Amino acid sequence: MAAEHRINAGFMPLFDSAVLVAAKEIGFALREGIDLTLNRETSWANIRDRIAIGHFDLAHMLGPMPIACNLGLTPLASDTVVPFSLGLGGNCVTVSNAVWAGMAAHGARPDLDPARAGKALGALIRERANAGGDPLRFAVVHPHSGHNYELRYWLAACGIDPSREIEIVIVPPPFMADALAAGRIDGYCVGEPWNSASVVAGTGHIATVKAAIWKTSPEKVVGVRKAWAEKQPDALSALLRALHHAARWCQDPANRGELAALMAQPAFLGLEPALQMPILSGHLALGGGAELSVGDFFLPFDKAANFPWKSHALWFYTQMVRWGHVAHTPENLAIARDCYRPDLYRSALKRLGVALPGANAKVEGALKAATPVGSAGASLVLGPDGFFDGQIFDPDEIDAYIAGQKLARAEA
Amino acid sequence: MIRKSLTVLVIDENHIRASIIEAGLREAGHQQVTVIHDVAGIARRIAEIEPDVIVIDLENPNRDMLENMFQLSRVVKRPIAMFVDRSDQASIEAAVEAGVSAYVVDGLRQERVKPILDMAISRFNAFSRMARELEEARSELESRKVIDRAKGILMKSRGLSEDAAYTLLRKTAMNQNRKIAEIAQSLVTAAGLLDPEES
Repeated sequence: MAAEHRINAGFMPLFDSAVLVAAKEIGFALREGIDLTLNRETSWANIRDRIAIGHFDLAHMLGPMPIACNLGLTPLASDTVVPFSLGLGGNCVTVSNAVWAGMAAHGARPDLDPARAGKALGALIRERANAGGDPLRFAVVHPHSGHNYELRYWLAACGIDPSREIEIVIVPPPFMADALAAGRIDGYCVGEPWNSASVVAGTGHIATVKAAIWKTSPEKVVGVRKAWAEKQPDALSALLRALHHAARWCQDPANRGELAALMAQPAFLGLEPALQMPILSGHLALGGGAELSVGDFFLPFDKAANFPWKSHALWFYTQMVRWGHVAHTPENLAIARDCYRPDLYRSALKRLGVALPGANAKVEGALKAATPVGSAGASLVLGPDGFFDGQIFDPDEIDAYIAGQKLARAEA
Repeated sequence: MIRKSLTVLVIDENHIRASIIEAGLREAGHQQVTVIHDVAGIARRIAEIEPDVIVIDLENPNRDMLENMFQLSRVVKRPIAMFVDRSDQASIEAAVEAGVSAYVVDGLRQERVKPILDMAISRFNAFSRMARELEEARSELESRKVIDRAKGILMKSRGLSEDAAYTLLRKTAMNQNRKIAEIAQSLVTAAGLLDPEES
């Protein structure tokens, strides 16, 4: 069968590009009549530039990145829409052996508990400050990333001011482990397999994970050039169906070995398959011999992982406001809300008869346990989706949420 | 009126390409050119050099780090923005296609920077062409080596002259619609399997 659509996509060498990779390599794209070309990139800036000039129709993107583009926060910003999420969770906060030893002396244990780890880190930071030491330096992959916002959220909720008490720098994901080993940074927040890479090398400890800071929280998305999405609705719709099938395949434990081997290839991650297993099983080596299984560590499909919730986009927006990336105005709020497009997801998947959420936004943090939700036809389970500090994000109460975070910071 | 010449910083991990750019800039009359191959400690270097224009190759994985740094005014004294002339989509495309990007100090007039970007684009393209030709020459050399070995095998096992061995390879390639080097490689591989001494 000759392909009906040709689609050019960009991706970064991170495990959460797996759904795109599987769509191409396992044949889900071709089955939908799509000739999908994947282009590996070296920076998010390159992805942004190539989307802007039309080299790529769509790409693997950090969840907040399309919002930042539409808000004009980056150069060469072009209108981008998000019709599909590539998964929930998958990141960790990894610290150097020295920082972990310092945290352990202040009560941290290898249990990934964000509150306990944060309290210990705070005590260590103050001890260093009193001794006249330099502030700890943490790295994230991009200023407009889930990593930056969840790291800051975690620290702030533990009474640490991430803008003053530590330094946050940008390091590309594949360089994180080396930078930590060389002492250029003291810790980092990044997706797998770049945390396990430090643990395996014996140069780092995983202190906590995204799945504990905010359960079933958004991470990477498919960002689509809006002009292309409007011109090629059939191609986009076919691609979303291919991605849906690919995501289901990625979630199936029976395919773990094949997926790990696929992602290990030089064209994708170029790292041994064993290093791909922690993200798939959720069973993490934390460093120093400790191991732990994390529920819902990374979900490429389950729990409506591919649904582009407007509440996810809006939470990212509140954090952009919180950390001074953008001013809170009704116009900016509307831009953020309009960036994620559950309507495109719904219209593409409707004909498959699969379970779809009943609403386009949800109150984040409301579900304390896995909960079956009413949806069109089939069954769907959501949550738990709680923040570790018990806070609730109600997308209908944005002003109060932003004001509350501002107040908390002023009092700190 | 004599204008102060622009200070240009070239960030490129590829030493050869970086020197080609540097030479081009100097020929164009830019005397204040600094080349950096390794971005370690880049913030301090930028503070020292205070470049008006920064040229960087797109393969460099540190672009996200640099862009973030440019936005933090406490690191760089003068705000630096990406060189984007919205009215000139063609040169943005040409730059991305050539694999180069430029950042300039805010307020610098486009017409002062454009020649630098144009020069970088043409030198990047020339370098890619050169690299491609080099690669082709290398694979040509490899092909010749394997054809020579295949000829040797045919001469020895079938008692052919060198010319006859080559003609046989060429005819087989034509009949199978493949390259001579491919046929030669198959023959060398097969001979190695049949007689490990040959490989």
